[in-house]
Amino acid sequence: MTQHHEFDAVIVGAGGAGLQAALTASGLIQVAVLTKMYPTRSHTGAAQGGIAAPLGNMEEDRWEWYMYDTVKGGDYLVDQDAAEILARESVQAVYDLEHMGLPFDRTPEGRIEQRRFGGHTRDFGAAPVMRSCKSADHTGHMILQTLYQNCIRQNVRFFDEFFVVDILIHDQVARGVVAIEIATGEMHIFHSKAVLVASGGFGRMFAVTSNALALTGEPVASLYRRGLPLEDMEFFQFHPTGIYKMGILLSEAARGEGGVLLNDRGERFLERYVPTLKDLAPRDLLSRFIYQEIQEGRGIGGKDYVYLDIRPETINHYQSAPGGRTVTAEELEQKLPDIIEMMRVYQGLEPMKEPVPVHPTAHYAMGGIPTDVHGTVRIGPNRLALGLYAAGECACVSVHGANRLGTNSLMDLIVFGRRAGSAMAEFCKRADFPALPPQPEAEVVAELERIRGGRGKERAGPIRAELQRTMTDRVGVQRQEEGLREARDKLRELRERYQSVSIQDRGVRFNTDLLETFELGGLLDLAQVTAASALARRESRGAHFRGDFPGRDDQNWLKHTLAYRTDGVGAAPTRGEVRFEWRPVVINRFEPKARKY
Amino acid sequence: MKVQLRIKRFDPEHQPGAWWSEHQLEAEPSDRILDLLNRVKWEQDGSLTYRRSCAHGICGSDAMQINGTNQLACKSLVKDMGPQIAIEPLRAMRVIKDLVVDLEPFFGMYRKMQPYLINDEILPADGKERLQSQTQHLRYEDTTKCILCACCTSSCPSFWASQEYIGPQAIVQAHRFLFDSRDRATAERLRLAGDVMGVWRCHTIFNCTRACPRSIKITQAIGEVKRAIAMGGVD
Repeated sequence: MTQHHEFDAVIVGAGGAGLQAALTASGLIQVAVLTKMYPTRSHTGAAQGGIAAPLGNMEEDRWEWYMYDTVKGGDYLVDQDAAEILARESVQAVYDLEHMGLPFDRTPEGRIEQRRFGGHTRDFGAAPVMRSCKSADHTGHMILQTLYQNCIRQNVRFFDEFFVVDILIHDQVARGVVAIEIATGEMHIFHSKAVLVASGGFGRMFAVTSNALALTGEPVASLYRRGLPLEDMEFFQFHPTGIYKMGILLSEAARGEGGVLLNDRGERFLERYVPTLKDLAPRDLLSRFIYQEIQEGRGIGGKDYVYLDIRPETINHYQSAPGGRTVTAEELEQKLPDIIEMMRVYQGLEPMKEPVPVHPTAHYAMGGIPTDVHGTVRIGPNRLALGLYAAGECACVSVHGANRLGTNSLMDLIVFGRRAGSAMAEFCKRADFPALPPQPEAEVVAELERIRGGRGKERAGPIRAELQRTMTDRVGVQRQEEGLREARDKLRELRERYQSVSIQDRGVRFNTDLLETFELGGLLDLAQVTAASALARRESRGAHFRGDFPGRDDQNWLKHTLAYRTDGVGAAPTRGEVRFEWRPVVINRFEPKARKY
Repeated sequence: MKVQLRIKRFDPEHQPGAWWSEHQLEAEPSDRILDLLNRVKWEQDGSLTYRRSCAHGICGSDAMQINGTNQLACKSLVKDMGPQIAIEPLRAMRVIKDLVVDLEPFFGMYRKMQPYLINDEILPADGKERLQSQTQHLRYEDTTKCILCACCTSSCPSFWASQEYIGPQAIVQAHRFLFDSRDRATAERLRLAGDVMGVWRCHTIFNCTRACPRSIKITQAIGEVKRAIAMGGVD
């Protein structure tokens, strides 16, 4: 039995962007928020270090400096109209969060306390600046909780554990979504005037990642399957300090408070590469320099990791704490409680007495669903969809360009979540319900039944493991033509094997075997687009580093990639190749320059 | 090391009663229990059903009984559990399938406590943040860390006795706002927490405090809420 619902708008995802959009829109129109988990499980809650805004509570700061850092950090692929909006609207966004009850850390004067973060500088790159507003090292948790709390206050309508399997977009008009109620296995059609996708990232395409198991991106894949483009998918951020082997994130806040990276010789090697910002240079550079140290045999014991050292004696030796002041273990425990605990729990070591093994971990998709600065989804270089919006990590505004700065993801959620929610509400007030196609769920139900009833010998587990290994080894920190071609071929093989996948749980209720296998289909599509886009871009920019094209090439590549499927449209995984179009970068204030730190 | 995993299973679609599945695994001492569950699901039995997401102790999805105590499967390591590991769903909650329990009543208790800042006073004239001293912030900081995993509530003997009891989690929410200097709903919050199914059902057994994966001093927080009710207000 399929159930039908009607709402002005449906929001897919209940992390920071979805909740902020719901708060903005729900007073104005009827909104349903669908999430495949509970809202408080969303990965926004895992963000640690802070949310950027030039409040100037600690030292002078200006939105122009913040905008410049964002543009330069993104290796000039940032659309500068979007960066200006982010920088200008960030200050009010932080005050609004505080007014909603967010428990920010405080200065002795009772104002919001701020700290340094990678790539955030004063005076256009002169030195690190204290711009990150935070609650110890669980800022994302506080943002997620605060937004959810206020959604409850506003009586936002949630559909928890509703898994969206298809987004109904026909003739470039959004018409609703198809979802499975996980507990019962029932299909639900949500007919709406508008859909806002806020489904987060898809880092689970990599073997080593900081991303939650749920971050598989199937709503993004849904749009791609329906013929919409994905933008700049070759730009995937590798965070420099993931826990060795596990990939769990150890926030940049550790270095903001004075922590340093050391190689096998005990050398603070970043002094050689980025003498001004050192350990607080942007993530793309740090990950690449760690990779280089490892390649040149200076990983710890010759292995594939370096040390993150947050011992007070080390910080005091290098005078690397803010202002060069002396720090104590007690103070660090207070400022970094969660990551210190994670080091203790997962690595079994004592970070106040010994350094911690780290290496880069797949962390954040700069690319995704292309949107304008109102969150409206682009269906081509110069065309917009009707009633379709996206915000947060799944979207590409593009405010992060080729490399996102730390703390900018949280600000992106708030600023662009609100703008998308507001634009969507305005749209719904004047729009009528578009017609639904006959049997709108039929296509995706056919795919789900193919998986549920499959008799093939393939299993999702091995396909997923091979996909993740391929992406980490061939489409990781350093890329080469040959490896990318191998990845493309391997992914083609995996997609074929996926056609004969079968599952063991043939039940209806809470069938996570079915849903995980459906998620894998989405990851296969998104990995293919990522690898193909990386193969196409023959230059190095931000997080996309090609060993065979090590320089940035503004002449030919100062442009956004738009990737499309080539084999029709539908709700099932694609089987054909990827085709490309390009879109110019908006440059209205800062001309591209060589990127030095 | 060799590990024997025993998992309590329940799938009413196929079989009315609960049963135990057994799995032999080769594991690293540093493996998370969640890693073992994933390996069983991905390599042996795809029908094994549990919730999980972040895998590092912050999303609160994978609370379950591991060797008899409530823990997050992603924050509990093989080396601390030994070679025989028994896994069951959270206690005193309706099981939907295998390790998945019905959380709706739990979130209902959460919503009942009005878990949001209430302050309709005029905002600061400069449009900036409300001021709060570091001491005022520290007063409620501990209870802001709650991830709603349900380890505390389902470990509480008073909750086992009656699922009408709001449970430690809901009192943690009350504490978080009662002791926030910016909140203005003290009287209403004390009334809600002091309900017949409220704080007085707590008999300071400390199970909740021991179970909390975020190390929140829950029993202490409950004590502070009780005192506030007795005193007719927060200090």
